Amino acid sequence: MGGLRAAEALRRFGYTGAITVIGDETWAPYNRPPLSKEVLAGEVVSHETVAFPQRSSTADVGWVLGHRVVSADLDNDTVTTDDGEVFEYSHLVVATGLRPKRQVYPNNIHSGRHIIRTLDDAMGLRDELQPGARVVVLGAGFIGCETAATARKLGCDVTVVAPGTVPMLRPLGNELAQELQRRHEAQGVKFLMKRTVSDLVGEARINAVALDDGTELPCDVLIEAIGSLPNTEWLEGNDIDIVDGLLCDENLRAKTKTGLSWPNVWGVGDVVRFPNRIFDDVPRRVEHWNIPSECAKYVGNAIATGEAGEAFRPIPSFWSDQFDVHILAFGLLALADSSRLVQGSIDGDCVFEYYRGDQLVGAAGIGLRSVVQGYRKNFES
Amino acid sequence: MIKINVDMNKCQHYGMCVFEAPKVFKLNDEDKLEYLATAEDSELGNVEAAIDVCPMQAIFIVD
Ligand SMILES: Cc1cc2nc3c(=O)[nH]c(=O)nc-3n(C[C@H](O)[C@H](O)[C@H](O)COP(=O)(O)OP(=O)(O)OC[C@H]3O[C@@H](n4cnc5c(N)ncnc54)[C@H](O)[C@@H]3O)c2cc1C
Ligand code: SF4
Repeated sequence: MGGLRAAEALRRFGYTGAITVIGDETWAPYNRPPLSKEVLAGEVVSHETVAFPQRSSTADVGWVLGHRVVSADLDNDTVTTDDGEVFEYSHLVVATGLRPKRQVYPNNIHSGRHIIRTLDDAMGLRDELQPGARVVVLGAGFIGCETAATARKLGCDVTVVAPGTVPMLRPLGNELAQELQRRHEAQGVKFLMKRTVSDLVGEARINAVALDDGTELPCDVLIEAIGSLPNTEWLEGNDIDIVDGLLCDENLRAKTKTGLSWPNVWGVGDVVRFPNRIFDDVPRRVEHWNIPSECAKYVGNAIATGEAGEAFRPIPSFWSDQFDVHILAFGLLALADSSRLVQGSIDGDCVFEYYRGDQLVGAAGIGLRSVVQGYRKNFES
Repeated sequence: MIKINVDMNKCQHYGMCVFEAPKVFKLNDEDKLEYLATAEDSELGNVEAAIDVCPMQAIFIVD
């Protein structure tokens, strides 16, 4: 997504040079969020239903799809793909996103195990979500909970297993998180919190998972949604910081290990760790859908005009759909140490404010869109 | 003139589009999306920006 948006932004801001987008997936850019929601719930998962529209402004962009970049030489301005082709660049936009973390078990069988990041992942999972299938979702973040809701809607018998006390605690805070758990349970999703999977049971294919309390849970389909790792291995060997995503300065330029900035290496999307002055100077990765587009706009403008201008300070926003619950949020809720209900009631539509000390760091709501949208102005410069 | 279509089966009334093209999109008193099916050519940039920010990718320009 970030790659496409960067190409679009470069053209929009008047860049006329050649643009090449290299991606290891064979599909043209598509929208990921439906993969855990409506697309997974549909009869068929197809590229058509999630593909981003192609604009005439980017008709002359060179797409190199199905090829992985294996290395980069930032001193000599080149990247190399898996088939040995070397590409020279004047500017490099790093937008390689994340991949799901995988657990390795003593009995590390593969059949029946799934992750969900790509269209191919969703296609592989869709066929297995048959009515009555016993589905275990490992991890209770947004993607885990959304996938659990979708599997339940498809008639599966769904159990979420996760180490935390309540699902989605970090992004939503205790009160809203507990309410979401209640709403999931009302739809028949089971939660085994403060539990993890210690091993898999089965020979050719998984038929149960062993939990850390010694019990076994029958399982036909295991969905692993335990967080993500940045795709930065291809950048290794350069003078940059990729300890947790690509560290960038407030202009989205990659930083060197000594704190300088590369003039022509930029970060876009999930893969970037960047500071956001709305909140503080601490660089963070932000895995929200609006971030790639915001980064791309900023970087496209900076490259096209030759000037980065003011610091990058996007307003993070996210939404999540689980059963008939539609959550919309602005800000960085995970920074909060307290939250309070400001409108509506928790068992219906409601809006919460999130605070770090007495600083408002975010707002989230179920329904009441206009109220939640109104919080944007609190974060505008 | 540009013609705009929102797939109301997809739209979840998040209202992101409203900020990009307020002349074309708005949330009504019941927080439901209302939009103009046609707009001046000068709105094209804003409508494209609305298309980009729509979480459900529900907005289309019809030729
Ligand atoms: C199932 C799912 C549901 C989501 N739901 C929501 C939601 O409801 N709300 C929300 O706000 N956000 C949601 N998100 C998050 C949102 O989709 C992401 O933030 C967004 O897709 C990030 O875009 P990106 O361009 O940074 O990364 P990506 O879209 O991951 O793009 C990176 C691309 O680079 C490729 N790549 C990686 N390494 C290499 C390499 N070495 N060489 C070549 N190509 C490479 C990858 O294969 C990938 O195609 C969801 C994500 C997922 C997976
Ligand atoms: S941004 Fe998309 S989903 Fe939201 S109100 Fe507009 S059309 Fe509907």
